[in-house]
Amino acid sequence: MLTRREALLGSVLTAAAVASIGAMPAVASVKDVAGLPREKITLVPPPFVHAHDQVAKGGPKIVEFTMTIEEKPMVIDADGTQLNAMTYNGSIPGPLMVVHEGDYLELTLINPDTNTLAHNIDFHAATGGLGGGELTLVNPGEQVTLRFKATRAGTFVYHCAPGGAMIPWHVVSGMSGAVMVLPRDGLKDDKGNPVRYDRIYYIGENDFYIPRDEQGKFKKYETAGDNYDDTLKVMRGLIPTHVVFNGRAGSLTGDNAMKAKVGETMLLVHSQANRDTRPHLIGGHGDFVWEQGKFANPPAKDLETWFIRGGSAGAALYTFLQPGIYAYVNHNLIEAVELGATAHFMVEGNWDDDLMMQVEAPRAITS
Amino acid sequence: MSFDPVITFGTTAAVALIGWGVSHALDTRPFGLPHQTAVSELVVLGSGSFEHPQAGEFLKGNHPVAAPIVQQTMKAPLEIMKYQVSISEYGRCVADGACKPADSRKSGDIPVTGVSHIDAEVYATWLSARTGQAWRLPTDVEWAYAASEKFRGDIEGEGDPNNPAWRWLTRYRLETALGRKPDPEPRAQGSFGTNSKGVADIAGNVWEWTSTCYSHAIIAIDGKRIESSIDNCGVHVVEGFHRTYMSDFIRDGKSGGCAVGTPPDNLGFRLVRDRPSPVQVALRRLGLS
Repeated sequence: MLTRREALLGSVLTAAAVASIGAMPAVASVKDVAGLPREKITLVPPPFVHAHDQVAKGGPKIVEFTMTIEEKPMVIDADGTQLNAMTYNGSIPGPLMVVHEGDYLELTLINPDTNTLAHNIDFHAATGGLGGGELTLVNPGEQVTLRFKATRAGTFVYHCAPGGAMIPWHVVSGMSGAVMVLPRDGLKDDKGNPVRYDRIYYIGENDFYIPRDEQGKFKKYETAGDNYDDTLKVMRGLIPTHVVFNGRAGSLTGDNAMKAKVGETMLLVHSQANRDTRPHLIGGHGDFVWEQGKFANPPAKDLETWFIRGGSAGAALYTFLQPGIYAYVNHNLIEAVELGATAHFMVEGNWDDDLMMQVEAPRAITS
Repeated sequence: MSFDPVITFGTTAAVALIGWGVSHALDTRPFGLPHQTAVSELVVLGSGSFEHPQAGEFLKGNHPVAAPIVQQTMKAPLEIMKYQVSISEYGRCVADGACKPADSRKSGDIPVTGVSHIDAEVYATWLSARTGQAWRLPTDVEWAYAASEKFRGDIEGEGDPNNPAWRWLTRYRLETALGRKPDPEPRAQGSFGTNSKGVADIAGNVWEWTSTCYSHAIIAIDGKRIESSIDNCGVHVVEGFHRTYMSDFIRDGKSGGCAVGTPPDNLGFRLVRDRPSPVQVALRRLGLS
């Protein structure tokens, strides 16, 4: 079959063809895609993100990822409360996958026979086939490979969607993550000037619904299947027992607090596959925020708190101006403090008295 | 621990008591003591002197500084409960209608947890009425004396007058380096062992209320005296693995603390018993107390 693009450009894919992709949507044949360079990425657990170019080098390529699904008990708070977790690659959230617009994301999804449930993956970044969910359902002991073209730049959620009530149950058991599709020429501020980041962190927020016993204590179950009926009842109440970052209350504090230096710019990707949230950096801001996470839209500036819709991922760019301990929270403070949605940044550097100073320390009131 | 009246003396105490008059201590015990009220095992600490970093927050020249270390002298023997007040002990106060049920759902000889400063005060008042003895929360200094080598004090960062954030960062790093993991399940009395003074379960996973108020103090520029201080007695010193400060109505230390910092796993308490003065003893003997 002769595609429009082949007719226009011939079958040889050139650098010029690459440049046209954004402006003039074209359909590449399987043969074209087969000829593209391939890159194999080893994923890293959040909040870290695999090494990547912010501005694409060369033309589109096929970026290969592999994720193994792990069903396993995970502790989600300081009291030792246990979730019968379902995870992409062993972590909650699953790892952030970074590609560039026009690249092909090729995922091999492995469901080992040590698992008990069928799983799949729905990429919000993908077009058709229920985000790939329709083409990726794997039973324990199976693996599948899906390729989709990253046609839209932005941060996008992926999650498990094996049908019916299984969908929310798998998601609130931990099965979500995010993809970041960068514009080929990198991120731009609201005026179209390029912006770069020195560090990137990925935070996945989860709402968990752990059933309680008659005494009000959280129940523990042998297997995921055992908790299904009880968990669904709690889920239908829509009030989570836990709202946490990266799978556990306190997962990004203490030894695991995220680090940065004054003057460094960080990109913070925040996903929530199920429920609305409102990230806020206490003592900081979002210099440029893609609240909806889509880079074709200009970023909002100077935000205090940003809104991440359930089922989406957003990105915030911030340059630290002052040293100290910063808390990054879901600014429903009940969820931050009581339910777990708090992370910390340790930021080193010199203090700027111009931005803030304690003019006079607390002392007795003088009339 | 037995429900029967038991009073044991630590070795330090026995020595101290010889000089002070053992008979007083024993004589006062049965007065007004109902049969069903168990008496907690006590450790009696002799007089002594020790260096103690004061509780509260301290400023010098407009900058926060480490708590000044003060030589504290304990003149009279200190009678302190060997163990934290147990759930069964506290339960008798609840059964009497005086105390509010604790938030913890355990039973038996496990320290009572899920109790506020207010609850601890109510218990001390009730126990005093039931026994005819003067029970109260220890001061921060008394607790530290009893805690001895297990006393840690506040976790403090290093000050840098040019960079207030340095103090926050160093404190955070220090806390992290201590590597203490949350340990929320209270354990049977004695599980955390006894210290060199024979006092049990100091700095385990139950932090203890004291009667010392939180305060802001300004240290004179010469560094030798407190120039002024303001107490906030709606917040009291809590002692345990580290020293911290909690609002009086808090029952769960995990949610009572700050945005950053090590929260107490549990809040409980132990009491000290004041010895009656010779005049009070004489009055009691005459049935006039």
